Amino acid sequence: MIKLVNVCKSFGDLEVLKNVNLEVKEGEKLVIIGPSGSGKSTTIRCMNFLEEPTSGEVYINGTKLTKQNRIQVIRDNIAMVFQQFNLYPHMSVLKNLTLAPMKLHHKSKAEAEELAYHYLDVVGLRDKAHVYPTALSGGQQQRIAIARALCMQSKIILFDEPTSALDPETIQEVLDVMIKLGQEKNITMVVVTHEMGFARSVADRVVFMDHGQIIEEGTPEHFFTDAQNERVKLFLSKIIR
Amino acid sequence: MGGLFSAYAWGMVWKFRSTFLLGLANTAASAAVGIILSLILGIIFGLMATSEKPVLRAIARVYVEFIQNTPVMLQVCFLYYFLAFSQHSIGILPTGMIGLGVYHGAYVAEVFRAGITAVPKGQFEAAKSQGFNYFEEMYYIILPQTVKIILPPMVNQVVNLIKNTSCLYIIGGTDLIAQTYSFVTGEITGGAYGPAYFVAGALFFVVCYPLSRLATNWEKRLKAREVATVAKAETAAV
Repeated sequence: MIKLVNVCKSFGDLEVLKNVNLEVKEGEKLVIIGPSGSGKSTTIRCMNFLEEPTSGEVYINGTKLTKQNRIQVIRDNIAMVFQQFNLYPHMSVLKNLTLAPMKLHHKSKAEAEELAYHYLDVVGLRDKAHVYPTALSGGQQQRIAIARALCMQSKIILFDEPTSALDPETIQEVLDVMIKLGQEKNITMVVVTHEMGFARSVADRVVFMDHGQIIEEGTPEHFFTDAQNERVKLFLSKIIR
Repeated sequence: MGGLFSAYAWGMVWKFRSTFLLGLANTAASAAVGIILSLILGIIFGLMATSEKPVLRAIARVYVEFIQNTPVMLQVCFLYYFLAFSQHSIGILPTGMIGLGVYHGAYVAEVFRAGITAVPKGQFEAAKSQGFNYFEEMYYIILPQTVKIILPPMVNQVVNLIKNTSCLYIIGGTDLIAQTYSFVTGEITGGAYGPAYFVAGALFFVVCYPLSRLATNWEKRLKAREVATVAKAETAAV
């Protein structure tokens, strides 16, 4: 479904990704962990070309992602949820949800709104349809952002540290929604997070990144019980409480 | 006092009021077209100035710097005489419209650039991540968010443009200032300096002041609305 082949990314002299190879299967739930600056966000951002790799290839559903086909491939296949939610502040929640389906997928207003209400139910915020994003708490905004991603009806959803900007008491409501999504067999999820509890309940596979490389991968249980690399063990000892 | 308190001078102004109204009409016409042109140029060059392509940014930079650092009067003269001497004269009024549009377009471009730059990076990324192309992204997501940032400086530009129609006088225009000047120096009408310039000033004021007020009120309303949403957000968060 997603395949990174020898992906390298540099910002000026700084090498952020060094030869990353990674394959995500259809319906797989992949969690990427690692210390800050390890390149995990850059990796996920390369999957939809928010960052263009300096070298190497990205394949989505067998199609090689290029500057030219980026817009079409993303429109049809990939949605993303951001750390800072990035809802459109000048639109109501409902318009945030219906904009892309109407303008990009050419759905009628009625179809788009039906879709929007359906996913608002999934994230439990139907009553906020006519509210503006600034009037919502962080946790609510992120749930709306997830609903917006779901309205794209993409097979792939990327989550870039979706709970890192949230108050501790609102993290769980977002994780609950994500765990619910984790049960959908046909959605491929790639999640950059430090929430090991979430990884344990949802992830099929966890990859650990450090200094721009994948240094260990396995099931969540593997990481909890017999992680091999010292760097991984040290990191896990700090985030698993 | 140039006849400011002379009933005769005021009488002359009233008698030849059509001179002033014609000037006002010409000023209004060149301003209206100038404003539309400056908006079009401003959007195009403002977008270029925020483009990822260095070439486009460079072109926008050259336009803005060149126009902003030479006098508008020189630009209007240059345009008029250049066209006139190359046998392509387009007439005084159109020259004024284009000259003013190009001049203020440079300022409007900077206003747009500042507005676009003020939109958080996350908004561009959200739009890209949904598969919007550049123009869709700008039209649906970015430009609407710049409105409240650019409205007040934009209205300033409109007011300045209206006042700058006075430089059409130098190429023999028939704008309000030029009309006033020919009135006060005219053989029959000459001498009523005080009332004539007073009336011209009043006419400018009547057009420009409401616009300035509009901008101020707009700004106040937008700020008040922002405070209201923040307050609402805080209540919701509790």
